[in-house]
Amino acid sequence: MTDLTRLTAEELAAVVASGEASAVDVTRAHLDRISAVDESVHAFLHVDHAGALAAAQAVDDKRASGAVLGPLAGVPLALKDVLTQQGIPTTCGSRILEGWRPPYDSTVVRKLREADVVILGKTNMDEFAMGSSTENSAYGPTRNPWDLERIPGGSSGGSSAAVAAFEAPLAIGTDTGGSIRQPAAVTGIVGVKPTYGGVSRYGLVAFSSSLDQAGPLARNVLDAALLHAAIAGHDPCDSTSIDAPVPDVVAAARSIDIRGLRVGVVRELNGEGYDAGVRQRFSEAVELFASLGAEVGEVSCPHFGYAMPAYYLIAPSEASSNLARFDAMRYGLRVGDDGTRSAEEVMALTRAAGFGAEVKRRIMIGTYALSSGYYDAYYGSAQKVRTLITRDFAAAFETCDVLVSPTTPTTAFRIGERTDDPLKMYLADLDTIPSNLAGNASMSVPVGLSPDDGLPVGLQIIAPALADDRLYRVAAVLEAALNDRWGHSLIEEAPAL
Amino acid sequence: MSTSTFDDALGSYEPVFGLETHVELGTNSKMFCGCSTAFGAEPNTHVCPVCLGLPGSLPVANAMAIESTVRIGLALHCSIASWCRFARKNYFYPDMPKDFQISQYDEPLCVDGYLDVEVGDEVVRVGIERVHLEEDTGKSLHVGGATGRIHGATHSLVDYNRAGIPLVEIVTRPVPGTGLLAPEVARAYVTELRETLRTLGVSDVRMEEGSLRCDVNVSLNLIGASEWGTRSETKNVNSLRSVERAVRSEIERQGQVLSGGGRVVQETRHFHEDTGHSTSGRSKEQAEDYRYFPEPDLVPIAPASDWVETLRAALPELPFERRRRLREEWGISALEMQAALNAGAVASIEATVAAGASARDAYKWWMGELARQANEREVEVSALPVTPADVARISALVADGKLTDKLARQVLEGVLVGEGSPDEIVAARSLEVVSDDAALGSAVDDAIAADPDAAQKVRDGKVAAVGALVGAVMKATRGQADAARVRELLLKKLGVES
Repeated sequence: MTDLTRLTAEELAAVVASGEASAVDVTRAHLDRISAVDESVHAFLHVDHAGALAAAQAVDDKRASGAVLGPLAGVPLALKDVLTQQGIPTTCGSRILEGWRPPYDSTVVRKLREADVVILGKTNMDEFAMGSSTENSAYGPTRNPWDLERIPGGSSGGSSAAVAAFEAPLAIGTDTGGSIRQPAAVTGIVGVKPTYGGVSRYGLVAFSSSLDQAGPLARNVLDAALLHAAIAGHDPCDSTSIDAPVPDVVAAARSIDIRGLRVGVVRELNGEGYDAGVRQRFSEAVELFASLGAEVGEVSCPHFGYAMPAYYLIAPSEASSNLARFDAMRYGLRVGDDGTRSAEEVMALTRAAGFGAEVKRRIMIGTYALSSGYYDAYYGSAQKVRTLITRDFAAAFETCDVLVSPTTPTTAFRIGERTDDPLKMYLADLDTIPSNLAGNASMSVPVGLSPDDGLPVGLQIIAPALADDRLYRVAAVLEAALNDRWGHSLIEEAPAL
Repeated sequence: MSTSTFDDALGSYEPVFGLETHVELGTNSKMFCGCSTAFGAEPNTHVCPVCLGLPGSLPVANAMAIESTVRIGLALHCSIASWCRFARKNYFYPDMPKDFQISQYDEPLCVDGYLDVEVGDEVVRVGIERVHLEEDTGKSLHVGGATGRIHGATHSLVDYNRAGIPLVEIVTRPVPGTGLLAPEVARAYVTELRETLRTLGVSDVRMEEGSLRCDVNVSLNLIGASEWGTRSETKNVNSLRSVERAVRSEIERQGQVLSGGGRVVQETRHFHEDTGHSTSGRSKEQAEDYRYFPEPDLVPIAPASDWVETLRAALPELPFERRRRLREEWGISALEMQAALNAGAVASIEATVAAGASARDAYKWWMGELARQANEREVEVSALPVTPADVARISALVADGKLTDKLARQVLEGVLVGEGSPDEIVAARSLEVVSDDAALGSAVDDAIAADPDAAQKVRDGKVAAVGALVGAVMKATRGQADAARVRELLLKKLGVES
């Protein structure tokens, strides 16, 4: 029998629907794979064996009863530990939430259940999604399946590693400054940050409310589209959710043609500081676009240089407020409550013990930026930059249908390489942050292995808000052309583990 | 009371006061979730992930609360913002589930209005700076101490039922120039505001249940000075009487501080109902930094102007206008109307008139016997267990001669203790006036027979002596006879025509 873990999500849904394999078989195969490799990869913080098998059994029962199955029925999925799933531990990679089992499902989880997806467990992440390597997890780093000494990206590094290590065909990540796209790029898979408001944030534990967006990670473009379609759509529980039809991303992911499509290469997102190997694979992909009939040109977004500093004011400001609720009063960790201390003292001791260094750094930056007397200079200015970046995009999209850049300046770096240098760590999100600030749709697709180190390189595609389907159209055609060139998909080259 | 201290202070200083009033809206559901707002439920039963601020939960603004706030703004003659946002007010406190409060900061929904209030024959226009919408916090209960306050408590309990109830904050501009009347104007403002909110039907405005709460700001400056003095903010002022007392006591306190050569500190003070005085709370008001920023989880509010105009057109008759109309209809003075307003009795009187009583009688009952009863029970007259229909019925029974005033008061007492409707009580207690002349006739005969001396005096022309006989008849009929009729019958029987 074929190894079920090597199939795509589309194929798995088909074998379950046809009865060729049961959902329980499919789930068991993935749970076995997790047992075999996750000790070395450490993609998961919690594997819900019983819950996953029960959900799979429910799919099989549903099929037996003749009921109509969801489009991803019986397909296993890895869920980033920042989304609530009723009764399942949700830590956000932090000690401060250790032991908390949310009493409610996030909207993403509700939609996954409605699509008959089987949730295998919760994946590792940088604490509260703050980081680019998963090294900021309180529960230890996740390792890159391509090279276990290297980082899998972050903050959704557990999700990217799970998919790249064939522990799950699909994963949900969240992206605040690149936390889906950068991990996808460095693990050789597809990752999508949908348009802000395209996927409900209800039940997504907030890092930065105006930037956070959940999205799919998958080993190919069509699988990502199938998952995107399953989780997207208006949600009355999220005021910032867009009340508009979801673009037909699945149809777009079956596109075979990009002739006449105007592709803009963003001048500011390339050059100095980028690995030569990354630049080479990126240039080759751009040439490929031209050879496929797209109109390729360069475009300038002059304010993108200010995106990083603006981001590191806006995101920490919102985080300093969003993370205030972790105060030991109602859930999670409580330190120092020995009957002699005041509530304020217990709050302070708990937060000192429960948050890691990066989270504390950002809470302090954000608290400072919002302080009376500094607000206008920091938070206020950052919001103005945000407007300028949005205008840069608007201008660029007047002449281009999509924009492209490398997803991240380098391939996966070594574990520990940047932990002592926060600014260097922040550079991993240099290319991805502008899309979060503007709220548009953005994706990373693999474009090969760097000739420098043999590690995956990602290409970022950016489309205007609500034009998520354009990402899939461009990526599907590029993916097909590259697979033709290589004779297989890139992920086939990943080590066996 | 230190009336002299008060007069002393105002001999040299001019008071300026302002009020911040928090009103819990009477919407069915909370500000940002679907939980019930009902008062008095078991602690922590009206809660959900949103109002508990659980990780991942998100607020969705209650459209009815926004509409109520706009209506309040319109009734207070405010401008309504065409676009505004919620803001987060950040501070740590256990009864605030998110450790920030969703409020409004520099973009309130309503700004720049006024409310006219009457004190005696004077009308004072109180400026309204802003009306904004926010969420209430939970309620802390400090256990184990003597005072119920956090100091000395062994532990605290938190009830989140109140967390997330829509709260409107109405802030006045500073009110100068009221002098000796400042305490009364402050009280009249809150009274007028409460009546206005009640008329709008946006809140049950029960100060005793905390659905209307006041903070009182007071400062003094030397008479004629061009700058206002440093103000204090007195919190926990939770009855109309306390509003007046808090302003008065703060004027006295500041007057003493200033005349003793001291300086008034900018601080928060806590008012104590029992003593009528306040004690110092936080004095770090200026150090407080709430780090306000626009709430990123909510979209801006943009009330369409035609919607606002629809709401404006549908506003009910407001209390100020209504009082004008009722004073004319009832034929009462401004002071009488003021008294009814202070007693919270206007609506009850109006309803009693609507139920058939004369305006005179309705006013007399509510401002007389019922006001006395309410005072004894320390409740508002409207909270007494008697309906305007009951009062109208009792009034009708008196008018028809079926009850004397004295009997009517007994019937009313019966209603108040829950014995039933006026008619049921009249029947059950056999309270109806004995108007049967035959029945009275025998009582009259008995009285004359029992006191021949008095009877003879009356026959001899000493009509005043009939009083003793009337008293005897009234006693025999247990007070249920009409004394005037009894007198008439006695005189007739004794051959003296009245």
